[in-house]
Amino acid sequence: MASHAHAHQPIGGRLLTLPFLVCSVLVVIAAFILAQRYGHGLGAVTNLSDGYPWGIWVAIDVVIGSAFGCAGYVMAMLCYILNKGEYHPMVRPAVMASLFGYGLAGAAVLIDLGRYWHFYHLMLPWYAQPNSVMLEVGLCVATYTLVLVVEFAPAFLERFGIEGLRRKLNKVLWVFIALGVLLPTMHQSSLGTMMVIVGHKLSPLWQTQLLPVFFLLTAVLMGFAIVVWESVMASLNFRRPMETPVLKKLAGLMLVVASVFVALRVVDLLVRGQFGQMFGGPQAGWFWVESVLMVGGLALLIPKANRGRSRALFLSSSMLLTAGILYRLNVYLIGFTPAVGPWHYFPSVKEIMVTVGVFALEIALYLVFVKKLPVLHAIEDHSANSGAPTSNAVQAKHG
Amino acid sequence: MPDGHVDLDAEHIGDLDEYEGALAGMSRREFLTYCTGVAATLGLSPAFGVKIANAAVAAPRPTVIWLSGQACTGCTETLLRTNHPTLETLILDTISLDYNETLMTGSGHQAENWKQQAMKANWGKYLMVTDGAVPTKDGGVYCKVAGKTFKEAVLECAKGAAAVISIGSCASWGGWPSTGVNPTGAVGLNEIIKDKPVVTIPGCPPNPYNFLSLVLHFVAFGKLPELDDKMRPKFAYGRLIHENCERRPHFDAGRFALEFGDTGHRQGYCLYKLGCKGPETYANCPSIGFNDVGQGTWPVGTGHPCFGCTEKGVGFTKSIHELASLKSVSPPNSYPAVATDKGEGISAGAAAVVAGIAGAAVGAGAVISSRLGKQDEKSESSSTPAE
Repeated sequence: MASHAHAHQPIGGRLLTLPFLVCSVLVVIAAFILAQRYGHGLGAVTNLSDGYPWGIWVAIDVVIGSAFGCAGYVMAMLCYILNKGEYHPMVRPAVMASLFGYGLAGAAVLIDLGRYWHFYHLMLPWYAQPNSVMLEVGLCVATYTLVLVVEFAPAFLERFGIEGLRRKLNKVLWVFIALGVLLPTMHQSSLGTMMVIVGHKLSPLWQTQLLPVFFLLTAVLMGFAIVVWESVMASLNFRRPMETPVLKKLAGLMLVVASVFVALRVVDLLVRGQFGQMFGGPQAGWFWVESVLMVGGLALLIPKANRGRSRALFLSSSMLLTAGILYRLNVYLIGFTPAVGPWHYFPSVKEIMVTVGVFALEIALYLVFVKKLPVLHAIEDHSANSGAPTSNAVQAKHG
Repeated sequence: MPDGHVDLDAEHIGDLDEYEGALAGMSRREFLTYCTGVAATLGLSPAFGVKIANAAVAAPRPTVIWLSGQACTGCTETLLRTNHPTLETLILDTISLDYNETLMTGSGHQAENWKQQAMKANWGKYLMVTDGAVPTKDGGVYCKVAGKTFKEAVLECAKGAAAVISIGSCASWGGWPSTGVNPTGAVGLNEIIKDKPVVTIPGCPPNPYNFLSLVLHFVAFGKLPELDDKMRPKFAYGRLIHENCERRPHFDAGRFALEFGDTGHRQGYCLYKLGCKGPETYANCPSIGFNDVGQGTWPVGTGHPCFGCTEKGVGFTKSIHELASLKSVSPPNSYPAVATDKGEGISAGAAAVVAGIAGAAVGAGAVISSRLGKQDEKSESSSTPAE
């Protein structure tokens, strides 16, 4: 048991590094702009309009930010539901990434709400419209954020030595882990459903009844990609050994999900008779950028040797992440044409700076958390068992 | 009759009318409701509904003789679209439609006998209705029924008519048969019948309720409603289409559809610039619509400019997309653009920030990937020999 208590440990080190300071400055700028937003309203800082009531604060901060947050979802699914114990070392960092992704997505919704002081109405059943996709997404994201807090709580409890509570929590943690897999499946697909109901306003390249499926697939894909990307970056920047055996398997899973996505995309376009739209249809250029990145990212993973090379993993996960980001951006903003127009929208500098600030906050918090809390798995444990990572992980799961 | 069969085949027109029979399955309440509706159409107080009801069921029902000339039968067809009352209620219960070439069951000598008999029996009392223009060139040979030219038929019938109604643009002034070079010399009925007033219900086809209201007015009061200078009932043709058009606010605001399917057209803007003749055409189309299916069911409502079918000198004369000559307000010479850009587009600053972020991401990606490349080489070379 004692050795397992060290399965995760803080990596330590100075907090005030250059990346941390840069991120902090960006966060301060965003906070200043947000003060303006709450002082003078949305119109004072954003380019939102009646034609584009949703700008990047929804499309990027919420829709794409929550996809980044799917790391915890896919890792929990692999590790606990499919009982693949070897992935355990990656669960806690993934859950933390999810916590930031979802927590900040929820905060971004509050920023974007016109009448934010009514936000708690979401939770009051007598205001609910139970057929609303938006209600489903809102409630589900809010609940999932709470679930993530509970899922991540052991790291806090370990750090501050609250053993009794930790042991009690461990007994009921499975409920939250199950919820943590169920909830994202629901709301990530519902994010796609939200754009099904805009109908013809969305370009035929993206508008399909399968939008929920594609959103779920991109959520899973981006979840895997962010885990791989983060792991490669952490090993590079914190000079830690690569988690190669696990990354190899994750890369294989990414390849499968990305291939299913691309194949389904093509079949869907053919079945709907919109295949020709990719040659000159509305926003066809962005379709190509998205598709080339997606196919490029998965093609890199086809040679098995590449799945063990950190550069190939980095490039591939970066491309797949960008493809997923673009897919979601295409559905929510680029492929969207408001009915009575012509409307124009491009985010204002202040809008962009708020989004940058949100992501900077995520990075700053990541840096603080991995240095101060037991998030990343302990290196000596890993290197000692590098020959048999599976046995280590299985033990760690019960720790 | 030219062939002398009139008296042989002539049948007596029986007394088919009774109070009960006249209601034809309608309850008394339904019938009174309908008559009150007719009174409202005529712009009368609801109290007149009872009077109309009494007149409609009073036996015998007024005889109507309907003659068709150079026309497309659209005017008869339009009556089939009525449902308050339906055509059968009208022709079986309200009036006695004794002759109509499209609707009658009989044919040949029988039909012709019936017409003669009905005229004789109701001489001086019957209503004469015509649709279609009267050809005058070459002795009127271009339209003949039962060996008689249409001109002879209308002159004969008009002599004993209590009132003469010409329904449709063709019967009103010649309509489409008179367009262009007018090869048959088609004219309206009022140029043939000079001794009696010819009430006109122009339109192509006219709204059937204008016709029904006119007939019921005659039945109820025994006289014709107030008419304008072109002999059209003022209750239906007293106002310009432009005055009651649901798109009028767009005209006043200078918002026009400039071509079919453009942004303005899709948004229901004014069709004046597509050649709508609403500003010079008198009719109640926007107010009562067609086919009883609710608001907006008339040409302009469906997105096509009015072509002025009720107006002599406009319908079938001006080309469809020719600008109307305005009888009331003229629009200004310049307008705001139909499609005004809305929302904020890209600014230089935003473009710079996005480009900066993208550039930084690509740059950082390149640096990281080169560092990772070196790391890969190191680990691959070190992993070949044993640790």
